[in-house]
Amino acid sequence: MSKQIIIPFGPQHPVLPEPIHLDLVLEDETVVDVLPSIGYVHRGLEKLVEKREFTEYTFIAERICGICSFIHSLAYVQGVEQIMNIEVPERAHYLRTIWSEYSRLHSHLLWLGCFADGMGFENLFMNSWRIREHILDELEATTGGRVIQSACKVGGVRKDISTEQLEGMIIRIKDIKKDLQNITSVFLEDSSVKHRLKKTGILSKQDAYECGAVGPTGRGSGVAIDLRETGYAAYGKLNFKPAVATEGDCYARCSVRIQELFSSIDIIEQAAKKIPEGPIDIKISGAPNGEYFSRVEQPRGELVHYVKGNGKKNLVRSRVRTPTFTNIPPLVKMLSGCQLADVPVIVLSIDPCISCTER
Amino acid sequence: MAKTAIKSLFSPSATLMYPVRAAKRTAVTRGHILIDPDNCITCRSCQRKCPTGAICVEVKEKTWQIDRLRCVICNSCVDVCPTKCLSMDPEYPKALTVRDGKYKVTVAGPKKKEPVAEAGKPEKE
Repeated sequence: MSKQIIIPFGPQHPVLPEPIHLDLVLEDETVVDVLPSIGYVHRGLEKLVEKREFTEYTFIAERICGICSFIHSLAYVQGVEQIMNIEVPERAHYLRTIWSEYSRLHSHLLWLGCFADGMGFENLFMNSWRIREHILDELEATTGGRVIQSACKVGGVRKDISTEQLEGMIIRIKDIKKDLQNITSVFLEDSSVKHRLKKTGILSKQDAYECGAVGPTGRGSGVAIDLRETGYAAYGKLNFKPAVATEGDCYARCSVRIQELFSSIDIIEQAAKKIPEGPIDIKISGAPNGEYFSRVEQPRGELVHYVKGNGKKNLVRSRVRTPTFTNIPPLVKMLSGCQLADVPVIVLSIDPCISCTER
Repeated sequence: MAKTAIKSLFSPSATLMYPVRAAKRTAVTRGHILIDPDNCITCRSCQRKCPTGAICVEVKEKTWQIDRLRCVICNSCVDVCPTKCLSMDPEYPKALTVRDGKYKVTVAGPKKKEPVAEAGKPEKE
């Protein structure tokens, strides 16, 4: 038996957007086992729910993560609305869908940039983030914030998008689509990128199903679960199909996310055409009494918010289960048997968002 | 990729030459909170609604104070103010330290009703 050594990966590492620690057990450049440990950005946000009113907690829920912040606030607000049996107006559902899809676009472009940077392709990283700037400008023009939107509230949304703004958004997103086609063709066709991505970090469909892989990590291996098909917000009225690939390597996960970029643009165009007129919020009274599991599709996978109230203004318990937490066991399976130099690319291919994982 | 690289050589820069050019702002950008002191009636709704506890109102001394470093510009105070004396400015505040992060201003306070004028002087506030 050859000698085994342990090399620590993280918490500070140039490819990681957030700190996670992995102890890699190596035998001559081949990774044999991985011991993950998390807990570097724990802020105790679940405890904070007992000290803030349930209407004020929206601002804290959206600060759980900077990349997927709108979707966290949407999940929390949906949970509270279901407990209190509030019917949100139609226009608010469509507005929430449009902002969610913009969040998904910005998150996937951020990931594409970091992924290219992890491979060493800095020019592609800068070009992906240049397109992302246009998306952030759209978010700032409609909600006021580039990263933290503060647009959701219990009972609807806080800001409206006028019809001229919607038409401008549809025109600008066609230009963004052309730029995206240029960039994504590099990811999918370039021979040096393909050489690094194909056949690395393979996760078979059986393993993905048993370890509980969600989101593009699971869909890249053939497990076709996309929570937008359950029809929350306005998704029930829009047509789209989840993007699936079957090989289960890093190339498949990358191509799934690229397909989702184009389908997000399609969903935004559909929603902007179908949006009805009407009010954007509804007055609420009382406090939640009951419990609910609210599940939404974050860019990284399935997000579950559990809220429980007992009739007072402060909720009793809130529990957040983020997709990156479920994707760490598949990551351990993917890393077994790979070479040391492939570890950063494989870790990045599950799209780790550790600040969500430890709220 | 080569096409994009050559195009970038001849197109203007994508970054803003800040601070020579002013930063990009839209009409709804969340900058900082402004108060119109003459309209404030010290009802303390903003203090109750603030999720971080950044606003502090003293009714007896008629002052309104905001801790700029605690404020997250969520605009709950702007939404709930009954006299609409609070508004949001799209410019970010200047850089500040913890010591002068608190911004305090004297406000008009609740308006007294004008009594019926008797012969002589009406009572002023």
